[in-house]
Amino acid sequence: MSIARFWRATPQRYNLGASKCAVCRQVYFPPRAVCPNCTHHRESIGKMQPIQLTGDGEVISYTVVHDAAEGFEMQVPYVLALVRTPEGPVLTGQIVDVTPSEVSIGLAVRATFRKLREEGKAGVIHYGYKFTPREPGAPGRTSPPG
Amino acid sequence: MREVAVLGIGMTRFGELWDRSFREIGIEAGLEALVDAKLSSKDLSALYLGSMASGPLLDQEHIAPLILDYAGLAGRHLPAIRIEGGGASGSLALHQGYLAVASGQYDYVVVGGAEKLTDVPDTTGNQIASASADQEWEVVFGATLPALWALIARRHMHQYGTTPEQLARVAVHAHAMGAKNPLAHYRNPLTVAQVLAASRVAEPLGMFDCAPLSDGAAAVVLGPLSEAKRHTEIPIRIAASSVATDTMAVQHRQDPTVLESTRVAAETAFRTAHLSPSDVQVAEIHDGYTISALLALEDLGFVEKGRAGPAVERGEFTGQGRLMMNPSGGLKAQGRPFGAVGVAQVVEIVRQLRGQAGERQVPGARIGLTHDVGGTGATSVVHLLERREP
Repeated sequence: MSIARFWRATPQRYNLGASKCAVCRQVYFPPRAVCPNCTHHRESIGKMQPIQLTGDGEVISYTVVHDAAEGFEMQVPYVLALVRTPEGPVLTGQIVDVTPSEVSIGLAVRATFRKLREEGKAGVIHYGYKFTPREPGAPGRTSPPG
Repeated sequence: MREVAVLGIGMTRFGELWDRSFREIGIEAGLEALVDAKLSSKDLSALYLGSMASGPLLDQEHIAPLILDYAGLAGRHLPAIRIEGGGASGSLALHQGYLAVASGQYDYVVVGGAEKLTDVPDTTGNQIASASADQEWEVVFGATLPALWALIARRHMHQYGTTPEQLARVAVHAHAMGAKNPLAHYRNPLTVAQVLAASRVAEPLGMFDCAPLSDGAAAVVLGPLSEAKRHTEIPIRIAASSVATDTMAVQHRQDPTVLESTRVAAETAFRTAHLSPSDVQVAEIHDGYTISALLALEDLGFVEKGRAGPAVERGEFTGQGRLMMNPSGGLKAQGRPFGAVGVAQVVEIVRQLRGQAGERQVPGARIGLTHDVGGTGATSVVHLLERREP
């Protein structure tokens, strides 16, 4: 993946920048130019507002990957999950700092900033979000902010 | 719109065809289909060719005129168009060929599908397969195509109690049928225990839950149904050709256990053809992963949502019920040369409806269905085919 192709998604991958439709209040990650939820999509053009996700979430499905994606070969076995955020969007990401057998559907997690992969010795290093289990009792939002 | 018939079929063996090139397998399938349709190449109007990844696999794009050229037809200067839609490229090409004949623009067209996956190492082939998922919001975070289907499988297990044994039955059935198919990539039988003991790819899916990377090509000749008697003893009418789409990424689906594209394509196809799922005797469905087949059976309307696992366990779609699933061996055993898959599904259904499927013939099959999926379901294509009595 070229430098520009990765760099231009920095606001989303580093800071969980999402968008919210001013018409129906639905939140999207990654940000959308038009709202898929509004029946008349044109109403939402120019009304998608930036919003940042809190990074909290809950595992709704997961897999333990043994046959790695390109650039992830050194990390096997790793856990990949679908994480539902309290704001609404579902994100695909790794669950780390955990033994795979401790992951289950319903696990509370929090986004963390990590190195994803590097493109060889001289290539770009990709950074972005992964998730770690949330400490029991740690503060976590249970309802969407705002 | 005119009625459209399949007049001829052709297909290479699927598998690791080390000694054969992309263009060789492409023209073999196409010429076989032309001969089968008793058609001279001077009657041809156009070629539609489905291929997912000839560029990344072979550094060769612009493949539709290439195939026509090596079929000896460069001098006819025919329109030749390549179609891409991930693993559903072949059946998308068929949809375009169908529309061209139905509209009256072209009389006779060849629809082909071809892919050469073993000219690159396995790991490269798998990376290229992952390009039919969302590179920027799935793959970059460590997802592969099997990992995304594994997320769907785990959720299906959670919501409906589907078991690894039920998933394994899909692969066992595929190999049992592949053993009866001389063109299949895999002709060895498998047991549930072998599927469960295989090395893990992305849990809960193991090596034998996943279809292989294969080489292969398939082709059909389409023409107006009104002219079909001149070309074939048993015309097979295309009763419906339906394409539907959905979100690119699994994460954006309301319910990851539903392939909405499949549901909509099937509904449209059955409505167009004035048929219902209970009219179908034989179906070639997408079993790229064992879980894919369960979702297909549900979303095509053959069984209620969440009930495909127990139904497959009872043998309902594998010989005991009124519908036979994947008599060819499916993607799992017949093989998965991406762009060729959708066309090969139609080749098998035509063989079945003509009564020419040999050992794996479904007795008295009159109506058949094909179901092709790109990626994790951003594209689904459904065709309904009907035997016209001579």
